[in-house]
Amino acid sequence: MAEQYIYAVARVRGKELALLNGSFMETLMAAKDYDEALRLLSDRGWETDGASSPEALLKAEREKTWSFIEELVDDMSVFDVFLYANDYHNLKAAIKDAVTYNDHPEAYIDKEQCTMDPGPLKEALREHQFDLLPEDMREVAKEAMETQLHTGDGQMTDIIVDKAALTKIYEASKKTKNEILELYGELTVASADIKTAIRANRTGKDLPFLKKALADCDTLDIDRLANAATDSLDAIYEYLERTDYADAIPEIKKSPSSFERWCDNRVIDAMRPQIHNPFTIGPLAAYILARENEIKTVRIILSGKLNDLPEEQIRERVREMYV
Amino acid sequence: MSGLGLFFAILGAALAALLAGMGSARAVGMAGQAAAGVVTDQPDMFARVLILQLLPGTQGIYGLLIAFVTLLNLGVIGGTPDAGMSLLKGLAYLGACLPMAVVGYFSAIAQAKAAVASIALVSKRPDQFGKSMLFPAMVETYAIFALLISFLALLGVGNIG
Repeated sequence: MAEQYIYAVARVRGKELALLNGSFMETLMAAKDYDEALRLLSDRGWETDGASSPEALLKAEREKTWSFIEELVDDMSVFDVFLYANDYHNLKAAIKDAVTYNDHPEAYIDKEQCTMDPGPLKEALREHQFDLLPEDMREVAKEAMETQLHTGDGQMTDIIVDKAALTKIYEASKKTKNEILELYGELTVASADIKTAIRANRTGKDLPFLKKALADCDTLDIDRLANAATDSLDAIYEYLERTDYADAIPEIKKSPSSFERWCDNRVIDAMRPQIHNPFTIGPLAAYILARENEIKTVRIILSGKLNDLPEEQIRERVREMYV
Repeated sequence: MSGLGLFFAILGAALAALLAGMGSARAVGMAGQAAAGVVTDQPDMFARVLILQLLPGTQGIYGLLIAFVTLLNLGVIGGTPDAGMSLLKGLAYLGACLPMAVVGYFSAIAQAKAAVASIALVSKRPDQFGKSMLFPAMVETYAIFALLISFLALLGVGNIG
């Protein structure tokens, strides 16, 4: 319904004025040290005073975004697609804790950034009570737990859970029937598949491993990608040349982080028309992604400043901005 | 079927008020949501967005005007209605009211969409308020055309025997 998000989009339009743009990021990169970078952020309304560390600052900014969106949208489940990755990250942590009888609270992502509380998840796995998990997580949790228990192969456990997470993100994004969220799902799965294929080739993994690891998506034929990955890196590039990811090949060749940057920029480019869309949930999804992108970029710059990295090295990783 | 002519004539007046009014109510509501969204964070924008919100309200007024003229012609207001009006004349009144009724509804919705977009424009570029008014105002042209045709047709229908 066209009217459903009019108020929300109008609120987002106001907030977009406060988003950091490319020229601000240039200024931030040119800051002489970490403290000056914090001062610049403070001038743009970031609450740097109470933040004890860069992570605390970024977490506070992320919470601001989500509480703003919660104010506007009655049914937040449409944005769960952004949070499923965190649920499955917690699942991996819970499996490892359950198997080793350890507790690593620092390994879990806060419940505010998840669709399910990590506490009960941890409990369910410790007690092997898979029925307490959401229906679509039960099978994968069981399979990953058994793999971890019987083989002790952490990598295989991660592969099983990661694939389930990607499948969940892909399916949830399709269900939203929103162009931006669908693109987000598609690119998340495709970029993960490409990275897995490259890594698998470099570590000499076989075809069954690849078939287990790669998740389905529309823009990649995972059988052909898996076959190419068992052959050579050139075979992967040759296959990608015929897909939507041909432009990404130089970035893939450069480094995994360059490819990640390419994927993030691609999402930002695709959602830019939402700046002029006064209806639908698209501008809200675009705002969340723009804020995530902004937070990611500020993190890169701040950690670069903290570690005295040269400006050029920071610049290589900096994302394009939404505004 | 005595009275059927009068029935259709009054139906025309009712449709003009009903459809154009419904369109404007929905349209002003849509623009109002956008205006409220802007004023939440930028209270100083109130006057500007209020004007943009009211733009799609005119169709309701035009519909009311056509309904009023029709009812006056029929004698329903300030006279005695002609229960023996011919079916042809009644249908002619109905036909005369339809442009305002139909165009009134759809142009109000279209104007609301332009007004919502213009409200977003003003929230980001307050200096562009003048231009932002023009975009929804363009849609008004077609509501005015419909008003004109309905009004001229109503003047002519009175001469049918």
